[in-house]
Amino acid sequence: MSKRVSLFVTCLVDQLFPKVGMAMAAVLERLGYELDFPENQTCCGQPAFNSGYRAEARAVARHFLDTFERSECIVVPSGSCTAMVTHHFAELFHKDPAALERVHALEKRIWEFATFLTGVAGVEDVGARMDDVVTFHDGCHALRELGIAEAPRRLLAHVRGLELREMEPAAECCGFGGTFAVKFAELSGAMARTRMEAILRTGARTVVSLDPSCLMQLQGALSRAGAGVRTMHLAEVLASR
Amino acid sequence: MSTEFDRKIHETLADAKLQLAIYTATGRLKAKRVEMVAAQVLPDYQELRAHAHAIKKHAIENLDHYLEEFERNVEAHGGKVAYCKDGTEVADFVLALARERGARLIVKSKSMTTEEVDLNERLEHHGLESVETDLGEYILQLAQERPYHIVAPALHMTRYDVADLFARRLHIPSEVVIEKQTAIARSVLRQKFLAADIGISGANFLVADSGAVVIVENEGNARLTTSAPRIHIAIAGIEKVIPRAQDLATFLKLLARSATGQALSVYTSFLSGPRRGGEIDGPEEFYVVLLDNGRTRLLPDRGKRESLYCIRCGACLNACPVYRKIGGHAFPWVYSGPIGAILTPQFMGVAHEPALPFASSLCGACGEVCPVKIDIPKILLELRSDVKKSEAREKQHRLETLAFRAFAWLMRHPRMYELAGRAAAAMAPSEDGGWVRNVPGLMNIPPVRAWLSQRDLPPAPAKSFREMWRRR
Repeated sequence: MSKRVSLFVTCLVDQLFPKVGMAMAAVLERLGYELDFPENQTCCGQPAFNSGYRAEARAVARHFLDTFERSECIVVPSGSCTAMVTHHFAELFHKDPAALERVHALEKRIWEFATFLTGVAGVEDVGARMDDVVTFHDGCHALRELGIAEAPRRLLAHVRGLELREMEPAAECCGFGGTFAVKFAELSGAMARTRMEAILRTGARTVVSLDPSCLMQLQGALSRAGAGVRTMHLAEVLASR
Repeated sequence: MSTEFDRKIHETLADAKLQLAIYTATGRLKAKRVEMVAAQVLPDYQELRAHAHAIKKHAIENLDHYLEEFERNVEAHGGKVAYCKDGTEVADFVLALARERGARLIVKSKSMTTEEVDLNERLEHHGLESVETDLGEYILQLAQERPYHIVAPALHMTRYDVADLFARRLHIPSEVVIEKQTAIARSVLRQKFLAADIGISGANFLVADSGAVVIVENEGNARLTTSAPRIHIAIAGIEKVIPRAQDLATFLKLLARSATGQALSVYTSFLSGPRRGGEIDGPEEFYVVLLDNGRTRLLPDRGKRESLYCIRCGACLNACPVYRKIGGHAFPWVYSGPIGAILTPQFMGVAHEPALPFASSLCGACGEVCPVKIDIPKILLELRSDVKKSEAREKQHRLETLAFRAFAWLMRHPRMYELAGRAAAAMAPSEDGGWVRNVPGLMNIPPVRAWLSQRDLPPAPAKSFREMWRRR
């Protein structure tokens, strides 16, 4: 396998959480990967798709296909955006055999960050150190669409100085849900606060996730409550030393 | 967005007592299910789900064949089958039969299908007394409310609520001990069972190869309903038919575990036809009413018709973080939770409550627990697209449509996307101050206001990722 990797940092990371993208790049470079950032990249189209605007989502997805046509291996700091490509692009192009062929080829080349590390790079210990008590929030699309549960936990288990405490109940939604967060703001906020209570019960000082969108929702609620708990993307934890 | 739907969501969220009741009750059901489908207890759970899905798929794709087979076998046992297209036809059937037989009193066991067509109201309108005999349904009938949950209809009521209700409606002293409340209901209902002329039940399964109606329950009231009165009428949706009795081995393993976390429900009744010569109990007349009520409209759609595989276990409600916040009555029709969110738009039309398929974070918990593997999140997404197409035809929500067109354009023009992003960042509060509670006037647009009504927003970073990448 070539050691060349294209970054798809997602629009959210590009615009609001660039440090997550930089941390992901730092971890990959440390493992010896040569990185490129296709400059034409924007968004996967999920906001339009989840809002019922399929023609608009298809247009954005086509742009994505063009942008990453020549990338051999794409790594993404989001389970949700990865799942959009691997699980929903095909639905958008089911009447377009030529595009569908490109989609199926792309599905095999795109990886969520944590599963890329454990599954492709074959590492669990990236040499990180972070003295902290953390809890891990499973993003719903990472967990249920991509089936990712073990990879991030194995990676966290190898971070020196880090203690992982699981939430009870496990695997519940933070209430983000894209435009749901603003279309049903009060409901989404109530879901975030329920998740926040589970976080606080662990006594962790940091919440870690694979998805910047869940972290934005949780940090927004934690910050509003003055809870004194921070959120970090897994890449930021793994980049710490 | 419908103000009615919004208002009910808000009211439920604002009611702390109700919030606790819903969260606790669904949490208990959820935990029991997890226990009963665990690999140590039911090692072939995933295979059973796949098998149940395959059986339902086959049955729905050959519905005409199996309904005819079911009908032949019911008639061979001396029963009769009636096809009804809607609630009016169901009510007419029951009313005509009641008139011919001089029946006045009807006892009913739990049935979501009869809730669908407001059967009690229709019968009472014509002077018949129709009494619910499932404890939860009896409570709700007294309270004049709809079921809050598919399998636990009075899930939202505490024993104190029930004490007040019984005192008010039955003119008895307040009684808060659950066992005593049950005894009170039992003594009222026992008299009704003995006096009733007709028993109306639903059906969990219609078995084609044996012409049998299968009913699962825990209280024994369905067994009394279907055997004590002279006449038994089972009312079922046409999608309830399964090909063979042996298929029950799959479904019965899944149903109670998914619904209440029991290995099996307390009673499982196989009813095929009226009392035969030499039998000591059972009804003299046995009818099965097969209801369409919109179901055949779902059949042409290959993707969405799997909504008809539902066996009404309610597991998706208990798993759903949205249902666990907004409860059952916020939903615009009798079916609540994730399954309600996909059935309602398909039965009633997407315009009935266009916001409904959007009231989901698409977390996928519903699809994960569904015993017949209905891909509920996928169907929700398809319904969202249907809503938008219907709104486009009606020229509604033009502003949102424009916004998504602009989004799609921007995302295909990376230079413009970058400029727009930087322009927004220039307006937004900077990183130094941490997460923000307010934004400047120009940014204070409705979605941002909605976000800020509940949560803080991240500040704008000094540079986007692509700027940082270029400069490193």
